[in-house]
Amino acid sequence: MSMKASTRQVDGVTIVDLSGRITLGEGSVVLRDTVKDLLGKGQKKILLNLGDVSYIDSSGIGELVSAFTSVRNQGGELKLLHLTKKVHDLLQITKLYTVFDVKDDEAGAITAFGK
Amino acid sequence: MTAPQRVSYRMESTLESVNKAEAMAEQFSSQSGFDEDTRSGISMAVREAMINAVLHGNGYDPAKSVKLTFEQNGRELIITITDQGKGLDPVEVPDPLAPENLMKQSGRGIFLMRAFMDEVRIRKVDPGTEITLIKRLQNNDLDPQEAST
Repeated sequence: MSMKASTRQVDGVTIVDLSGRITLGEGSVVLRDTVKDLLGKGQKKILLNLGDVSYIDSSGIGELVSAFTSVRNQGGELKLLHLTKKVHDLLQITKLYTVFDVKDDEAGAITAFGK
Repeated sequence: MTAPQRVSYRMESTLESVNKAEAMAEQFSSQSGFDEDTRSGISMAVREAMINAVLHGNGYDPAKSVKLTFEQNGRELIITITDQGKGLDPVEVPDPLAPENLMKQSGRGIFLMRAFMDEVRIRKVDPGTEITLIKRLQNNDLDPQEAST
């Protein structure tokens, strides 16, 4: 049930592989701390891989919005990769799907940074 | 058809209660005959209502509890969540889809409840807020004999 986050670097982009649930409590905190740490290290091109995220609640949605805003405010870019159907539908009904830059191909997503 | 059933629980104002209630919603909606996608929506609506009760209503106060009731009657599943907070006026809840609110970190809970349930009723009680979530079984969810009656 808990959420895990691991990071890797590809061509100057930090890919955060997330798995589990982004929900009120631990899941939201893990995401918040991960993005905060990356920004603290000056890593401002962030690709959140949500392929193994099974569930997001309103708190998790809020955390994604907050991460997006924080990165943008520091002159960086945050994109989302590999949304599951549930997460895709959730972003659609909350009208956030068009706010986030959503990608379904990792190589293409990396190329799109900085353009 | 499942026999009519009504069960109530008194839950502590903790995050653990939110997770428990979500799991119970999955169980009750399964027993009621809803399909997987609908069960997922019901569970999310219950989770959001419980977050509202535990966090915004009771403020994690250990002296306050949340009453959670599941009622199934073969036609619909009715879930009632009542906290002991100061009371929520739904009219005062901003529209999370409005351009000025779209990038706010919070304020989507009630919207999500309404997105996944057929009916959501919110009323102030003394003390607290009572949220009633209703999901109706569609005819194609029932077996043919029941659907024709």
